[in-house]
Amino acid sequence: MTPCGRSAGSVGRWEHFPHDADIGVRGFGTTVEEAFEQAAMALTAVVTHAPVEPKIAVEIRCKASDLELLFVDWLNSIIYEMAVRQMLFGRFAVKIEDGRRLTATLWGEPVDVERHAPACEPKGATYTALKVGVDHSGTWSAGCIIDV
Amino acid sequence: MDPARFTRVDATTWRVEPSGPMRVPAIIYADEQLIRDMDEKVCEQAVNVATLPGIVQASYAMPDAHWGYGFPIGGVAAFDADAGGVVSAGGVGFDISCGVRTMLTGLTVSHITPVQKALAESLFRQIPAGVGSTGAITLDTDEMNAMLSGGARWAVERGWGETRDLERIEESGCMQGARPDYVSDRAKERQRREMGTLGSGNHYLEVQAVAEIFDATVARVFGLAENDVVVTIHCGSRGLGHQIGSEFLREMVAAAKDARIELPDRELACAPINSEVGQRYLGAMRAAINCALANREILGHYARRVFAHFFPDCDLKLLFDVSHNTCKVEPHVIDGKQRYLFVHRKGATRAFGPGHPSLPAELRDVGQPVLIGGSMGTGSYVLVGTASSEEKAFSSACHGAGRALSRHAALKQWSGRKIVDDLAGQGIIIRSPSLRGVAEEAPGAYKDVGAVVAAAEHAGLARRVARLRPLICIKG
Repeated sequence: MTPCGRSAGSVGRWEHFPHDADIGVRGFGTTVEEAFEQAAMALTAVVTHAPVEPKIAVEIRCKASDLELLFVDWLNSIIYEMAVRQMLFGRFAVKIEDGRRLTATLWGEPVDVERHAPACEPKGATYTALKVGVDHSGTWSAGCIIDV
Repeated sequence: MDPARFTRVDATTWRVEPSGPMRVPAIIYADEQLIRDMDEKVCEQAVNVATLPGIVQASYAMPDAHWGYGFPIGGVAAFDADAGGVVSAGGVGFDISCGVRTMLTGLTVSHITPVQKALAESLFRQIPAGVGSTGAITLDTDEMNAMLSGGARWAVERGWGETRDLERIEESGCMQGARPDYVSDRAKERQRREMGTLGSGNHYLEVQAVAEIFDATVARVFGLAENDVVVTIHCGSRGLGHQIGSEFLREMVAAAKDARIELPDRELACAPINSEVGQRYLGAMRAAINCALANREILGHYARRVFAHFFPDCDLKLLFDVSHNTCKVEPHVIDGKQRYLFVHRKGATRAFGPGHPSLPAELRDVGQPVLIGGSMGTGSYVLVGTASSEEKAFSSACHGAGRALSRHAALKQWSGRKIVDDLAGQGIIIRSPSLRGVAEEAPGAYKDVGAVVAAAEHAGLARRVARLRPLICIKG
């Protein structure tokens, strides 16, 4: 798997997983919120491996009928903000209520083509390989394929 | 995949007979090696599509098929609205009307060689490519709506293209039935500054040389001769299409449930064609088709400007512009009766044969140019639609080489720098804002495009006319 967001041993981490044409993102955490935040880190890493400075904060909200659909909405909301603001995000704080309503703050900076050398542009999060769940040890994971 | 899973009809036709919830068979066109190399998911997804309501004849997969979203990429399926047929946002894809255009330059390789580096540099500077690039065009609300209704015609009216191009673009450059009012504000906002941009991923602008001619008669009609130079552009409807795709996918999960459609995979989300959501999607999707047609017309205009600078007498003529992610209403003859069907092509190119009434007079006798993009190092093909394609797969053919390795695996295996240097050694100049992007699109990560088009020809989907080799590749 590609480089992880945090040191080994920490529960909060992310990974990329392969898809024929595109790429999968998956976040892990001790809470579902942390798993969502880590998956967002994985989404940024689809675009760049360079550090992203937390210079500007953006607030987002989404609502969906279940946690998995909420996860896709969450990633699509980030993709939307990346596209219209021409920004990358490197820090995320997520709050989820009732498993259906999400509020979050993203911190990031405008894309610097030279420094970030963006590899590709995410088009949208998909329902392919979509899974949000908790394992027997209490670790949450949230992942799906991103169309790039 | 194990070929034993299929009934082998002939060397390039593999069939899964209907069973369980399948309403029609699934048919894959490919040679045995391509079948062996295909992901298991292709068969699974083609079979899933065969379960959807109102599907007609069969669920098809083209020789370049690979694991997609709900539908395989390289999937073709037609639905009858009057038989409860559905329209699927996943069956069109996120990059609505992504497609290819090829322009003839009237130049030969000997013209390009002395200026190859400078031309590459100039194209790279003039064609906005990659993340963080914006076009020179910003659209206000009225212009956005005019673009979404007018397509390439709108671009020509604004001076970003030529009237003579229009007859060489599908739908004469303007998709009817577009409903800009069904496109969300978020989708429009995403597109506001993206007209005339290439995007990233597998999108590119290439200067190519005709390396080989397979059919001299058709090549002459197309205006292609060995050593001729052409410009090929591969891109789609940019952020607007992506946003429409995401929004309707979400809505169609609920719509399918409301219509009591059992989905074997949520990504197959769809709505009956004769439903409010179905009609709204069709109106928005057609607006996105216009966005893609306008975008490629503008990019073609930029390429003309650069070529005019280097070759003042050069006249870039459009050979053809064809999309490979669409849903179109077309008449097809089923069991001797003509029916209007909603043909989904997800990573599949429309391939009308000789005599088709939608083709311009100059092309009608030979058939439609079918433009197949290969990987950036190996080359591309120009095919022509055949008479047999209609009964084989509703006049459809492959669209590219198809990936053999994931981006993930490609990144592990290749370095972008080395690819750029190796290709430079072969006389191919790559310009891209991202070396990692180059590595992800490494030529070795794709299937052998030659094998794909040979299988398409053998299966009667389209016939080879010319092979193109890249000289310059501007990659997003």
